[in-house]
Amino acid sequence: MIPAPFDYLRPATRAEAIAALRDRGEDAKVLAGGQSLIPLLRLRLAAPTALVDISRIEGLRGVHRAGDTLVIGAATSHDEVLRHPLVTEHCPLLAQAVGTVADPAVRHRGTLGGALAHADPAGDLPAVAVALEAQLVLAGPAGERTVPAGEFFVDYLETVLQQDELLTEIRVPVPGTGWGTHYEKFHRVAQAWAIVGVAALIRRDGDTITDARIGLTNMGPTPVRARAVEQALLGTSVHNGGIAAAAEYAAEGTAPTGDLAAQPDYRRHLARVLTRRAVERAAGTRGTAEPVTAG
Amino acid sequence: MARIDVTVDGVRYTDEVEPRTLLVHYLRERLGKVGTPIGCDTSSCGACTVHLDGISVKSCTVLAVQADGGQITTIEGLAPNGELHRMQQAFHDNHALQCGYCTPGMIMAAVDLLRTNPDPTNQEIRDGLEGNLCRCTGYQNIVRAVRAAAATPTGVTG
Amino acid sequence: MTQTVPTESANGTREIGRARRRKEDARLVTGRTRWTDNITLPGMLHLAFVRSPIAHARITRIDTSPAAGMPGVVGVFTAADLGAEGIGLPCAWQVTPDMKAPQRPPLASQTVHFAGEGVAVVAARTAAEARDAADTVEVDYDPLEPVLDMEAALADGANLVHPELETNRNALWVFDSAGAGSGGNVDHAITAAEADPDSVVIHRRFRQQRLVPAFMEPRSTVVDPTGEQLTMWSATQVPHILKTMTALSLGIPEHKLRVIAPDVGGGFGGKLAVAPEEIVTLLVARKLGKPVKWTETRSECMLTAHHGRDQIQDLTLTAGRDGTVTGLKVDLLADMGAYLGLVTPGVPLLGAFMFNAIYKFPAYRFSCTNVFTTKTLTDAYRGAGRPEATFAIERMMDELAAELGMDPMDVRKKNWIRHEEFPFTTVATLVYDSGNYEAATARAEELFDYPALRREQAERRRSGDPVQLGIGISTYTEMCGLAPSRVLGALAYGAGGWEHASIRMLPTGKVEVVTGSSPHGQGHETAWSQILADQLGVPFEDIEVLHGDTQVSHKGLDTYGSRSLSVGAIAMVKAADKVIEKARRIAAHLLEAAEGDIEFHAGTFSVKGSPDARTTIQEIALAVFAAHDYPEGIEPSLDSDATFDPENFSFPHGTHLCATEVDTETGAVRLRSYVAVDDVGNVVNPLIVEGQVHGGLAQGIAQALYEEAIYDSDGNLVTGTLVDYLLPAAPDLPDFTTERTTTPATSNPLGVKGVGEAGAIASTPAVVNAILDAVRHLGVIDIPMPCSPERVWRALRTARGGTAHTAGGPA
Repeated sequence: MIPAPFDYLRPATRAEAIAALRDRGEDAKVLAGGQSLIPLLRLRLAAPTALVDISRIEGLRGVHRAGDTLVIGAATSHDEVLRHPLVTEHCPLLAQAVGTVADPAVRHRGTLGGALAHADPAGDLPAVAVALEAQLVLAGPAGERTVPAGEFFVDYLETVLQQDELLTEIRVPVPGTGWGTHYEKFHRVAQAWAIVGVAALIRRDGDTITDARIGLTNMGPTPVRARAVEQALLGTSVHNGGIAAAAEYAAEGTAPTGDLAAQPDYRRHLARVLTRRAVERAAGTRGTAEPVTAG
Repeated sequence: MARIDVTVDGVRYTDEVEPRTLLVHYLRERLGKVGTPIGCDTSSCGACTVHLDGISVKSCTVLAVQADGGQITTIEGLAPNGELHRMQQAFHDNHALQCGYCTPGMIMAAVDLLRTNPDPTNQEIRDGLEGNLCRCTGYQNIVRAVRAAAATPTGVTG
Repeated sequence: MTQTVPTESANGTREIGRARRRKEDARLVTGRTRWTDNITLPGMLHLAFVRSPIAHARITRIDTSPAAGMPGVVGVFTAADLGAEGIGLPCAWQVTPDMKAPQRPPLASQTVHFAGEGVAVVAARTAAEARDAADTVEVDYDPLEPVLDMEAALADGANLVHPELETNRNALWVFDSAGAGSGGNVDHAITAAEADPDSVVIHRRFRQQRLVPAFMEPRSTVVDPTGEQLTMWSATQVPHILKTMTALSLGIPEHKLRVIAPDVGGGFGGKLAVAPEEIVTLLVARKLGKPVKWTETRSECMLTAHHGRDQIQDLTLTAGRDGTVTGLKVDLLADMGAYLGLVTPGVPLLGAFMFNAIYKFPAYRFSCTNVFTTKTLTDAYRGAGRPEATFAIERMMDELAAELGMDPMDVRKKNWIRHEEFPFTTVATLVYDSGNYEAATARAEELFDYPALRREQAERRRSGDPVQLGIGISTYTEMCGLAPSRVLGALAYGAGGWEHASIRMLPTGKVEVVTGSSPHGQGHETAWSQILADQLGVPFEDIEVLHGDTQVSHKGLDTYGSRSLSVGAIAMVKAADKVIEKARRIAAHLLEAAEGDIEFHAGTFSVKGSPDARTTIQEIALAVFAAHDYPEGIEPSLDSDATFDPENFSFPHGTHLCATEVDTETGAVRLRSYVAVDDVGNVVNPLIVEGQVHGGLAQGIAQALYEEAIYDSDGNLVTGTLVDYLLPAAPDLPDFTTERTTTPATSNPLGVKGVGEAGAIASTPAVVNAILDAVRHLGVIDIPMPCSPERVWRALRTARGGTAHTAGGPA
């Protein structure tokens, strides 16, 4: 199918892009990789009158390190993110999770910023950004502001981004030593969106968990931090069932929806099982090769 | 209308297109590159996969205007006159196609897979082709073909 | 006709049985393809349909005027504008004399009966302009109650899909072995078993979910009305049927219509159809006098191309405690959807003869109630009726084994037809000509390492492993090679089952063979070339296989029901016999020998006792072309035609074994190994056979695990894109182990059976049996398909009394 007609704008600078978004108002959409937007246009589920293509704006792509922070340009493709040596070295969780997004061809075009700004609760990266405590840099007519990932997502497909704002950077704190991470994704076929996903960062001191951050995918209209699990894990041994006991809290504070993929009670159940597995893998007490994946 | 300047299978084209024109429609309808088919409208099936600046993309999920300035290779330009790319040869040798509708996209995706992973395992091949659906083969011979291509010296045709 | 014995090709090697690489591939791997959507004709216009967003409604107003003024729009048409209100699309199968059949219009004019039904169409200069304009057509609907549940649809006072039929029941079709004289009365068997402590009676209800064929090439049709004949290109499996049916439906003289199926990107039964869109494309082209193209989007395809399966199966099986089955009763509800397609009402009947499968059942009764609902119509999908039957009986054999505490393989062995009992007349009156279930099963067990897996299963059960192992068996047969015309006639099918072929020897000795079979991915060009190379003794490369264009292939019944090889190729063999016989007379003349002294071997005619006196069939082709010297009473041509009508179906069979791991914590299922040993008779090309098996397995496994077309309570298809309808990609399927045993069919001279549907028929119950085998000891006795993780989890939770199991050691 063919999208409805629209105007196409290709600003050369951030300022031009922001101006274009301001001028065109509600009916303008940012086009980065287009991997979520173009299918919606084709199905005519979205019909913006203008697309503002930010993909050629200088400085929106690439990864660099600034002190204890990885700075990732919002228009950096998934493929660039997951292969970038700085990411694989300092933030393997992000590389692993990005590698589960869609498929290689989509990852060549789709961007990290786009996946966050689209704010699909079934998307893998919002929960990962929340668990990583990433900071998102938004540029608008009045300048830049920085928003923690945990405050960026407002509702289903909705963020704090204003109509004339642009997500320009994702700043990911580089974890110190002792951290292990894992993203556990559960879906029915390779191409399907996550029914539930769990991003886990676990810091160990010997056998004791000293810090934990858990982000849940698709357990509500926005990504959720599993705070009760994090709390329960603190000071727990990675052996002797402490992780399993903590993981039982995974569904607390979540509001999963019922849809074609799963009913809420099943999602809550999965959150508990997958949280246990993700934490065990992050803590290094469980193999990374999941014996059961298909079906 | 927007002006685009692209090189497709080694030939340079300058055209006026509607911004809403999908790259695959531009290839098929303006350039007659009908070797690249369309299988879905949700970026799911991968039948339309081509290479844009050397990497695989689903040409139904790229606007022609986004490809402006780009180098595009389709299944028709994968190997020069009358020769077969090693991946095309391997698909033929290993009966990796039946109806053939997914085949152009599958081959273009498989070529890209070997670009990033020249010696993949069977599982890596399956994972690497997750964005391409085939309804005929059950994939087993496709996996076999990609492995065979990986074992073939690249030679003249890449 | 002489007995046909394949000889060998000119270079002295047999082509039949060789793993020839396909001729078709050269264009397909390079993009030099001829899909219908590739066609562009001068002045060609494009169509976009306006479709109902509501399942069931009266149309109160259609205003096409906003669209008419849109850029590039050449015409906007309703049914009335096209004079299409009286047109009904054909159903070729009146399964009972009192079958109720609604008129199926190309475009709805008064009432829409399913979401997606076309109500108007726009013709414009480009597809984009047509779509833009179609979106502006205004249609007012007065909603009616949707009819979605088959049982509710049959209840008194139910809302009617087609009030003029006064019922939602399309037909009731019954087979009873007592009436047919092929077995006993199943009700007596049930009564006896109920009264006998040494017998068991098992009731089960299974659901065959609705599936989407999901061929990769969306449908497309181009009609060129210029010239003396109307030419229609269409992505169809059935160009000949489409031509005849279109002519009959529209009153077009048949000789004024030419139908071409160019490269066709898969079908699986889904393109065995005369579609409303094909008819509308033709009507618009004829009205405007311009070539017109319609190409659907994938979403349109999911919504409107016919679906498959969708049955509720109520089964009663009786058996002695030793495992000997004494009776089987089958009561089906089959969802027709809103209308009848070409063979919609007959699809369940194709299963009627297969519920008894490979077994010797003394009593059998089958009844099927076909029901109308306000959903997309159903029709043929890979296996058509036979996967449903095979699933039901193979699930029931496992249920019987579980009930009796027997090994499910032993239960099968106890009941199956032994190899020395062929030919065997079944309780459903079919005559199985050949088979060897013992051999296929023995090989499958060997490849699978059945005992070792059973040991591992026991160990996992003992240790309470959260990942349980299950073993699933499917010992199947199927009837294919549709079909003997007399049998189809007895089933009230509207056509025969023969196939046609013709051979044209060209002056240079090259050969054109025309087949009425119409491939869409199977590889006919390769397989036919191999067979004919052996028959005529000419090189494989010297043969061109022509098909799919009614101007070239004037006669044929096309491709479905695994019939191409066992019917279509046999017609070609018969035609080759005729060419050889004629060439023999010419050879005798040229070699100045008596006809009875002429021998034919590997393409060469020679004179008995004079080995130097010889000429090849290709040389004779040239001699006939020159026509300087040929025998009296013979026409100077070396062509032939033949039509083959088989006397029986063919009956492939096999044993499939599947091992699954079920994660009892999440419900996820992983296929660990899959072994298929199929007996498809003699094999022309093992590569092609293997490919067909792989593809069939993938589709059958997908039914077990992934696919389902779901409608919401308003009658909207909610799995309308490839995002929601789960087709397996490469990571979602395992490597299969496939082998064959060979028991030749006796019903055709090549000894071949069909292979197109076998994998899809056999695999679904193997997978579901394996899943249940993994969790049966936990109290689960059934899981509806597709066995999604959530369904597996819920079944486990229910079996455990309502609490989900979340603990457990490392997986």
